[in-house]
This record gives sequence, structure tokens and C-alpha cells, in this order.
Amino acid sequence: MEAGEDRPRVGVDDWVASVETRKERRGGFAAAGRWVDAHLPPWARLAIFAALAATLPLWMDRGDLFAYGIFTLIYIMLGLGLNVVVGYAGLLDLGYVALFGFGAYFYALLSSEQYGIHWPSWISIPLVVTSTALLGLVLGIPSRRLLGDYLAIVTLFFGQAFVVFVNAANPTVAGKGLTGGPNGIADIDPNDIFGYELISRTQQYYFILGVVLLILIGLHFLSESRTGRAWRALREDPLAAEAMSMPVNRLKLMAFAFGAAIAGLAGCIFAAVLTAVTSGNFGLPILITIYAVVILGGIGSLTGVVIGAIVINVSFQFLAPENPQDNARLLFYAVIVLLLVLGVRPWWRLSVVFAGVAALGFVANAVAGAIDSSWTSGAVVEGGRLAGVISDWVIIPSGHDRFANIAYIALVVLVLTLTRVHGWWRTIVMIPTIYLAFVVWETSFVEQPSVARWILFGALLVFLMTVRPQGLLGTPRVEIV
Amino acid sequence: MDLPLAFNSELFTQLLVNGLTLGSLYGLIALGYSMVYGILKLLNFAHGDVYMIGAFVGYGVLTLLGGPLSPNVALAPLIVFMFLAAMLACGALGVVIERFAYRPLRDAPRIAPLISALGVSFFLQNSALLLFGAQFRSYDSFVLGSPNPEFFEPGPLTDAVFVVNGVNVQLIQVIVLATTAVLMVALTLLVAKTRIGKAMRATSFDREAAAMMGIDTDRVIASTFFIGSVLAGAAGVMFGLLFSQVFHFMGFLAGLKGFTAAVVGGIGSIPGAMLGGLLVGLAEAFAGGYLGGRWADLTVFGILILVLLIRPSGLLGTRAIQKV
Repeated sequence: MEAGEDRPRVGVDDWVASVETRKERRGGFAAAGRWVDAHLPPWARLAIFAALAATLPLWMDRGDLFAYGIFTLIYIMLGLGLNVVVGYAGLLDLGYVALFGFGAYFYALLSSEQYGIHWPSWISIPLVVTSTALLGLVLGIPSRRLLGDYLAIVTLFFGQAFVVFVNAANPTVAGKGLTGGPNGIADIDPNDIFGYELISRTQQYYFILGVVLLILIGLHFLSESRTGRAWRALREDPLAAEAMSMPVNRLKLMAFAFGAAIAGLAGCIFAAVLTAVTSGNFGLPILITIYAVVILGGIGSLTGVVIGAIVINVSFQFLAPENPQDNARLLFYAVIVLLLVLGVRPWWRLSVVFAGVAALGFVANAVAGAIDSSWTSGAVVEGGRLAGVISDWVIIPSGHDRFANIAYIALVVLVLTLTRVHGWWRTIVMIPTIYLAFVVWETSFVEQPSVARWILFGALLVFLMTVRPQGLLGTPRVEIV
Repeated sequence: MDLPLAFNSELFTQLLVNGLTLGSLYGLIALGYSMVYGILKLLNFAHGDVYMIGAFVGYGVLTLLGGPLSPNVALAPLIVFMFLAAMLACGALGVVIERFAYRPLRDAPRIAPLISALGVSFFLQNSALLLFGAQFRSYDSFVLGSPNPEFFEPGPLTDAVFVVNGVNVQLIQVIVLATTAVLMVALTLLVAKTRIGKAMRATSFDREAAAMMGIDTDRVIASTFFIGSVLAGAAGVMFGLLFSQVFHFMGFLAGLKGFTAAVVGGIGSIPGAMLGGLLVGLAEAFAGGYLGGRWADLTVFGILILVLLIRPSGLLGTRAIQKV
């Protein structure tokens, strides 16, 4: 309709047509993030990531660099590998962590006193990566016959069989246990670049960063290539892909082998950096963590994996048992406040929640203290700067095991209720829920941060799946029936 | 791998009895997996942890009623209470899990409920760790009901009910086998004869068509979860009575094996789940007895992978025809 641009067009309401734009304008921080994601070219993302990551050793000490820098990079690698299998090709591989473990153990055997073999990295790493890829290929062979869930089952059992094999079976080869049983293999050589050994944490960090950048670049081109597009077609609809004469089986096996190769490489680096491998490093918790990394950022998105790995590993390290509890507490409180600010709108409802939580704390504490002073006389664990406020605000009974358990169960019930109520009721229920979250933190989570982090992880996975199954940066997928 | 030189029929019988008891336990767990898969096509990874919670509920009842060393009630009602409480609590838990973790994902891509199930499993496991601690809790079934528990005088649960080929079959093993048989028969009747059973069969055959015929599929799915979790709760208490020790991580391996049983028997088939359970239990007992304990789990996993490769639909399963 070229005639009469000034007149309103029949059947198209400008106001309706512009609904997306307006939605985005009102979307707050989340929409701003999505806008940046949609408009930033890939090379700029890579440059930003590389530049920020390169400065890390300048302001972090050795321990932090190891926990935050190196581990994040390893998670990025693992996430990228899993992303090829799950994100691109849509194959649900629950045995992925076993490939990582295989790589780590194989590298350990080739460069430790276990059998007295000390091969240089330029031989051992390619060898390990190739054999892990082959193992991935073998693991992928059942995928020719098994559809969907059955593939998940076989791979899950492969993963468990690997852990049992390494830990319990530990067959005797050449006079000693191949995998060292529960003790694992210790004193593994560091990686070296043609004889130059990477001993300091800074050297290791830059080496891994380089590897990660190379993988990122490679995967970017791979995902845009013919193969990458074919994988996505396979993910969206295997039958349609087959009908378009795509070599479905070969594509599946390729995805498995690619993912496995990256896992094997990550294994080599992990073993060398940690200087020891034990079966506990390759169990279900790590598998869940890698899945969380991939899912949080958005399945199929490279930027998503990087962001997911950073978020997951940093929160993970904050909740590590050796970290001061003061930091973990700050993170926990900050995340709750951040979620409220992002999630509760409009602002007056948010202020009602904040005021309500603050008031509820002082009232509850005063009432509990008036009934029986032992109800509020518990000590704050490593209160730090907040100790004074917390002891006046959160109820901490002196001997609080049973109280903590009841509070925890009540919190779970309240959170579940919160998902079922709407409008003003939600605002009202939110107030005791948040207060109780703080109480639970101070009475039980703070003493077992490593348990708390797994609980929060589990809850996060369920929450993400129900609220935004495509992750932060993923695109929603429509299942066509 | 030192195989016994002469065939020892006493050892064989002992392993057979142990395997059957263990197998009926796995069969009960497998039923939950199988029924849920049949109706929702969902692998409920959290099922093993529901079983673990059942074991802890049984322990809680035992403690509330005076503890294993000085129970306030007689042995028979005590065991009945433990079973009932664990079954009801687990049933409720199963319904809650379905309501909050799976129902919102009915129409999501297939991967979403799987991840959600992994999340629930992890959540339950670590919640148990937080609430009950990492230490083992003991049912002390060895001395349960004994007149002098403080002197470790064995209680009636370890009495031999009858002797087969020189092997004592203990009361507790008889209880486990009998309870399993009763539950199995009840379940078969429920699915075959009752209205809700008919609705379940219809829903698992075609959920949309069932909904169009006026069946409240949400309620049917919730009741499936309830029944499956009730069976898991019973299995949890059985485990506690058989092996005494319960701990937060026990659900994982038992879940895997129950799951193996469901797949080996043909997932979605009720008699298949029981058959698979018995096979897995026997395989574990015999592999443990003849090859050594460290090979038992690997044998079970190996059987699963073999069955899946040779006959993906399981022993009694029917091959699903994929419609496009």
C-alpha cells in the first residue's frame, strides 16, 4: 500500500505493531541485557572477554586466581564442549563428565610416577584428545538406535560405570592398580609448551585462557558452518532433517566426538593444574554443575556459556567451605536483594516488601526474646561487619538444630506457596519468605555452605526450567506437534 | 576373580534368597519409574530420593515411638506404622514434586523436565544432608523387638522362618517378599479393575484423547505419582529393615538400579518392572557372591547397557511406534 502513508493503514494498528518495542523499553535491566546481546557483534564480545580476562592476574592473588580464574576457564571449556552435544545437536548426554574424567585420568597416567611415564604435553595432549574423541564416538554409537530419553539413560549409566570402574574396580595392570582406587593418581606433571613447564598459576592461567579463546573462535565458525547449521536442524527436528537427506547418524557421532575432544582437553588441563585426580572429581555433582553452566546462559549460545560459567563458578567459590562465611553471606544477601529489585515491580510494591521484611525481623526478634531469652541468644557465625545487625534482627536460638530444621522446611513450603499465589497475596507471602530465608541462612546454611550451594543449585535448575527453559540468552524453542 | 572350585549349593541358595529379597525391593522402585514413564514419558530422576526420604520417615517413626532399643509398642504394629507413615509421606512428596517441578513443564521441550528432575533429585539429597546430617542412621533391625537389646541379643526379625537347603530364610526377608507380593497384586488390581486404573491406562495410551473423553488427566498423573511414590516409600522402609543403615546418599544408587530394572523389564510395563527388579537383584547378588563386591554394580550397569543395545524396548515392553 504505497498510497497514503499519512493515513492509518487498514488492519494494522501502529500501537499494536509497536508492542514489542514498548515491552522492551519497560523491561528494565533484563531487556537492556538482551538488547546488548542482540546488537553486539561476535568479535566485540570476544575482545571484551579477552581484555577483561587478561587483567585478572594483575589484581588477584595466587589462590584467588586459581579458584576464580582457572576454574572458571575450565568450566567454560566443559560448558563449550557440552554445548556442542546438547546445545547444537540436541543430544542429551548425561555421561559427558566421564569423558572429562577419562581425559584427566589418561593424561595423569601419561605424566606421573604411577607408571613412571613422563611424556611431554605436545605428545600426550593430542593423544589424549584424540582417544577421548574416539571414546565419545564409541559412546555415540548407541545414539544411532536410541531415541531421546534412552540415549540419556545409556550415557548416564556410562558415566556411573566410569566412576565405579575408577573407584572400586581399579583393575591391576603391570603390578599396580590402574586408577589408584579411591586415592586417585597424585603428583601429575604440569602442562608444558615444547619443554617449557607451566608452573606458576599466572602462566597456567594465560595458557588456559589462550586455549579457551581458540576454542571460542573455532566454535563460532563451526556453529556458522554447514555442519553447525545441520546440527541445529537435527536438534529442531531429527525426522525433518533426515527427510532433507541429512546424514543424521554421522552428524550425531560428529557432535559426540567434538564434545568429547573438548572434554578430553579440559581433562588434561584439569589434571595438570590440580596435580591430582580422584574419582570424586567426575561424579554427578560436576555433571550437574556443567549442565547448570550451559543452561543458565542459554542452551546453544557461546556468550551464554561464558556468562553461565562465570556466574556459576564465582557463586560456587563463594560458597566453598574454605571461603570466609562473611563473603558467602554477603553474596546470599546481595542476590536476594538483586532478585527483588529485578523481579518486583512497581517500585512501591518493592518498598512494601523491603519495609515489611525489615519490620518483621525486629518484631519477631523482640517477641521471641520477650518469651524466652534463649530463643535469640545464639551466636552469629563469623558475622563480620554485619554481626551486630544480624543478632538484633534474625532469630538465632542458642541450641538451634531442631529450630533450624523446622525453619528450613517452613521456608520450602513458603517458597512453594509463593509460586501459587498472585497479586497482593504474593507480596504479602514474600515478606515472611524472605525473612525466613535469612533465618535459614544464619541457622543452618552458614555452617554448611557446601551443602547449601548444592541445595541452591538444585532449586535453581528447577526454577530456571519452569520460568525460562531457554536460559538467560537462549531463544525460546517452539515444539511443533 | 577367584571362582569357587566346587559348586557350593549352600552359597548358591543363600545368594538366591538374598537376590530375590533385594530384587523385590528394586522391583518396587522400578514400578514408580515405569508408571511415570508410561504416562508422561518422563524419566523421574528424583524417584530414588523419594525412596531415601521414605527410609528416613520410617526411621523418624521408629525414633518417635521410643527408638530401636526401647520401642513403646509391640513389633508388629511398629512395623505397620513405619510402613504406613513412610508410604503416605512419600506419596504426598511425589504429588508435590509433580505439581511444582513437572506440571509447569508439560509442554516444554523434552530436555526441560529431565533437567528439572535432576534438580529435584539434587535438592532432596542435599536437603536430607542438611536436615539429618551426613552420618548413617541405624534401624538396628538386628535387635528390634529383642527382649535384651543392650546385650545384642538378636530380635525376632532375624529368626529363621523356614530352612531351605541349609539356608535360613529370616522373618524380615519373608516380610519383605510378602509385602512386595501384596503390593504388586494390589497395584495390578488397581490398574486392571478400578475406574482410576482405567483412566491411567487411557492417559498413558494417549493423553490428549483421554482429556477429550473427559478424563481429568492432571488428577490421573498426580495419582500415578502418588502410587509410584507410595511404593518407593515402602521400599525405603524395607531397605532400612533389611540392611539397618540409612543415609542421605542411598537414593542415588538404588534409584539407578530400580531404573535399570524398569528399563530391563520394559519401561512402562508393570509386570516387566517386577521381573526386571528380580533380575537386577539376582544379578547383583550373584555377581557380588562369585566375582566380588566391587564388580556387582558394574555387572548391573553392563546388563542395562547390553539390554538397551540388543532390545531397547526391554524384555516385556512393546516397541513404541513413532507417528509423524
